Amino acid sequence: MNQQALKELLYKMADDQLILGHRNSEWTGFGPLLEEDIAFSSMAQDKVGQSWQLFKILNELGESDPDTVAFMRNAEQFHNCQLVELPNGEYDFSLIRHFLFDTAELIRFQMLSESSYEPLANLAKKIKGETKYHSMHAKVWIKQLGSATEESITRLQQSLDLAMPYALGIFEPSTFENELISEGIFAGESALKEQWIPAVTSVLAETDLIMPDLQLLTPQMGGRTGTHTEHLQPLLDEMSEVFKVDPTADW
Amino acid sequence: MVTALTKDIVKDWLEEVKDPEIPVLSLNDLGVITNIDVSPDHKVVVNMTPTFTGCPAMDVMQQDVKDVLEKRGISDYEVIVSFETQWNSNMISEKGRIALKDFGLAPPPGHDMIVDIDIIERAKCPHCDSEDTEMKTPFGPTLCRSMHYCNSCQQAFEQFKPI
Repeated sequence: MNQQALKELLYKMADDQLILGHRNSEWTGFGPLLEEDIAFSSMAQDKVGQSWQLFKILNELGESDPDTVAFMRNAEQFHNCQLVELPNGEYDFSLIRHFLFDTAELIRFQMLSESSYEPLANLAKKIKGETKYHSMHAKVWIKQLGSATEESITRLQQSLDLAMPYALGIFEPSTFENELISEGIFAGESALKEQWIPAVTSVLAETDLIMPDLQLLTPQMGGRTGTHTEHLQPLLDEMSEVFKVDPTADW
Repeated sequence: MVTALTKDIVKDWLEEVKDPEIPVLSLNDLGVITNIDVSPDHKVVVNMTPTFTGCPAMDVMQQDVKDVLEKRGISDYEVIVSFETQWNSNMISEKGRIALKDFGLAPPPGHDMIVDIDIIERAKCPHCDSEDTEMKTPFGPTLCRSMHYCNSCQQAFEQFKPI
């Protein structure tokens, strides 16, 4: 099995989960209503826990331990897509990002539950069950607010238009795309995107929101190879502040 | 004469290990103990699987299992947590479901491995058994619980959510 290809895949997924998990946790105490405060906090806990398990697989493949990998790298060593690192903004932006990303995530882990790399397939079977709740949660709110008031529709539409080029960056192909596909590790980013577009479109079709014309958009690529927005490094600095004070501390 | 150590004996010992967040539910009944092996030279291997990937109680449960084995004089053991078998809420035993209800938590509805929004919304009130309930949010105080409201007895309640 091509270890380099496998590691690249694991890193980008673990980084996506870690960074979006952290962004979600920033809603703790600030949600627009108590239930949403708890929902984003719960999803944060799920995603950070999932990232930890992905880092653990990497650790078994010879990489450093999960905490070191999570807290001691700089922005250019992260492989998350740029979508997940963007600031939370207002609730409408966080909701749109949650919908676009988690729809992709659910399909990704459904695909990976068939992976030829067994530890990943086993973990993916678990993660897809949890992510189903995230995806359902996003859909419920998109359907409600996407056809509620003029303000909610306008705000969501603006956020959708802003987020979509970044969402397309989720599917930035890996340099190991062919190896991953031929070895049956993962069916590939374009196969994922092909399922994601109709999944997103069908939810939006039940609202007053308009799906942007993807042909006219330039996807925001670069995240997978370490090119990030100005927002990632400050996030990492904050995330690792406690760990860096004493990396050997145990409690 | 020394009685031979068996799987069943170990399983029985583990009955005293409870879910740290739901102290009426044993790990056996929760379904997180996926296998117990006792080799001829009495080495004990316990396999466990997490309910939720990010469940913070897993480390505690793993330690509790180790403590019970040591307390029973077992020094040669291994407690392995893995996703080889994935936990789902159908793995909670009948006894466990009754314990959950007595604790005031609605047991998860059984499912055929497909969990959709209809299944989560269908919660039976653990206080008055009414089915006239509504889900408030699928995310509760812990990852494994959703929050509901009973229109009959007008009490909020939690459900161990189906997964």
